[in-house]
Amino acid sequence: MNERLSISAARNIFYGGTIFFAVIFVGLVINSVNYATDPETSNVEELNEKVALGKEVWERHSCINCHSLLGEGAYFAPELGNVWTRRGGEDDAEGASDYIKEWMKAQPTGIEGRRQMPQFNLSDEELNGLVEFFKWTNGINTQNWPPNEEG
Amino acid sequence: MKYQTQKVALYYFVGALVLFLAQVTFGALAGAVYVWPNLLAEALPFNIIRMIHTNSLIVWLLMGFMGAAYYLVPEEAETEIYSPLIAKIQFWLFLFGGAAAIVGYIMGVHGGREFLEQPLWIKLAIVGVMLMFLFNLSMTVLKGRKTAVSMIMIVGLWMVALLFLFAFYNPVNLVLDKIFWWFVVHLWVEGVWELIMASILAFLMIKMTGVDREIVEKWLYLIVSLALFTGLLGTGHHYYWIGTPGYWQWIGSVFSTLEVAPFFAMVLFTFYMVWKGGRKHPNNAAILWALGCSVFAFFGAGVWGFLHTLANVNYFTHGTQVTAAHGHLAFYGAYVMVNLAIMTYAIPKLLGREPYNQMLNMWGFWITSSGVAFMTFTLTFAGVIQAHVQRFLGESYMDVQDQMMFFYQLRLGSGVVVVIGAFIVVYSLLVPGRETQRVKSSAQTQPAE
Repeated sequence: MNERLSISAARNIFYGGTIFFAVIFVGLVINSVNYATDPETSNVEELNEKVALGKEVWERHSCINCHSLLGEGAYFAPELGNVWTRRGGEDDAEGASDYIKEWMKAQPTGIEGRRQMPQFNLSDEELNGLVEFFKWTNGINTQNWPPNEEG
Repeated sequence: MKYQTQKVALYYFVGALVLFLAQVTFGALAGAVYVWPNLLAEALPFNIIRMIHTNSLIVWLLMGFMGAAYYLVPEEAETEIYSPLIAKIQFWLFLFGGAAAIVGYIMGVHGGREFLEQPLWIKLAIVGVMLMFLFNLSMTVLKGRKTAVSMIMIVGLWMVALLFLFAFYNPVNLVLDKIFWWFVVHLWVEGVWELIMASILAFLMIKMTGVDREIVEKWLYLIVSLALFTGLLGTGHHYYWIGTPGYWQWIGSVFSTLEVAPFFAMVLFTFYMVWKGGRKHPNNAAILWALGCSVFAFFGAGVWGFLHTLANVNYFTHGTQVTAAHGHLAFYGAYVMVNLAIMTYAIPKLLGREPYNQMLNMWGFWITSSGVAFMTFTLTFAGVIQAHVQRFLGESYMDVQDQMMFFYQLRLGSGVVVVIGAFIVVYSLLVPGRETQRVKSSAQTQPAE
């Protein structure tokens, strides 16, 4: 290593540079938080108690450890960030809602050689919340991800 | 071992190695469910198996880091640990918290954010344990010599604890949830954990190669500077598609590509030091793990990370098995191997022995590493197929999964090899064997009294 670089100079570069990049990062994060909470650039105004309940149900059963949501999760089961679009919710909201709820109630299929989803015994209120959560998530501005409706 | 209180590190190393075995066993089980999907479907669903796999990994790596800190900080600070009692209590609390979390998961008690599934009381307990640990360690350094190695390690560990506080923030707005979830996940493994990793490697280089401390510490500052200068804004590669502004695609692509740099620097550093040192250290296995660590971290975190980090590539690969391939090789190369390196170096010293079971340990190294490498290749192929058929051609998820079955079978095979390798490594470290060496060493070193 270069002998003209003293150890204290190396230390100052490390701490000074880290603070520099951390400040830029925090600034951009603040900007992103504004972006995600501004009705002009996000669907934040459609957030409601049903969506909140749905998110809580989603978390209580650790759905993320099989499914993925906006591409993050376990990759063992289908992406659900756009399940609302995939099941035709934009044209037929009631049909898509029923489809998702009946799907949840019919699990597990028990079919040999096919991945199994547990039965979570959700109440109607919880199922409705979950549907609202998927619908809201589907409306997030994801810069056109995923590439097609299969997720 | 120069200081009596370093002995507490042994608790942490043993606890970590036992959890390591649980982690790989549950990993192989999850791999088996991919091949036989009806396996345990009712008794132990996949989501539970996976959270045990990931959580035991995180707990044992942190436990190993704590052990490493308790081992190396006294030698760096040239003083005994402030309170060995706190260190022991803290170990048992941490082990209890980890075990309680796993038992809870099996019984269906878990929160639901990926990797942060621990119930609230266990999260609070983790904070308590971290505070005891950081208090103890900081007091030790304050009363002793302050070296770059111990300071960077402690800065890294403090940041681990502070960033974990974002685990308590779970807003209803999924976009905000995800933005700050990455503060824990990304800024840990692509940020401050690299500080801990680099300082452990630096300590090993000082001890094993005999190269001048000043040279090693300059390298250390270079590596950790590169890690944070790139890794902080590199967080952007997680902000492409989650409801955040489009500019992250540029920032994330540029800075996360540069994240390769610190890992490349670590390869140069470890090989240059071992070459320059020239001194033959008796613990060949520890040198092998340290060199292997930098190489595997470079490929796993660096090359396999770059593979899918550019926004226009990630658009198609995001959330496919390509990510899984990268995750496995990166965690193994960077954090599993650095832990096994410091343990291979330190455990014989803690037991007051010459290095033992060297051949067996090195066999374990090659078997485990081959298994993880092959697993990475199979998952990469699977992920490329998935990205093409599902994302380009638009076939449905489950149809595409059926087409990937061949690779999942190969992955299960390589996973079993990893489990065998892990058991060999742990056996070689924890079962030192007795007679021959004990007799020899007592004949050589103990004067007649």
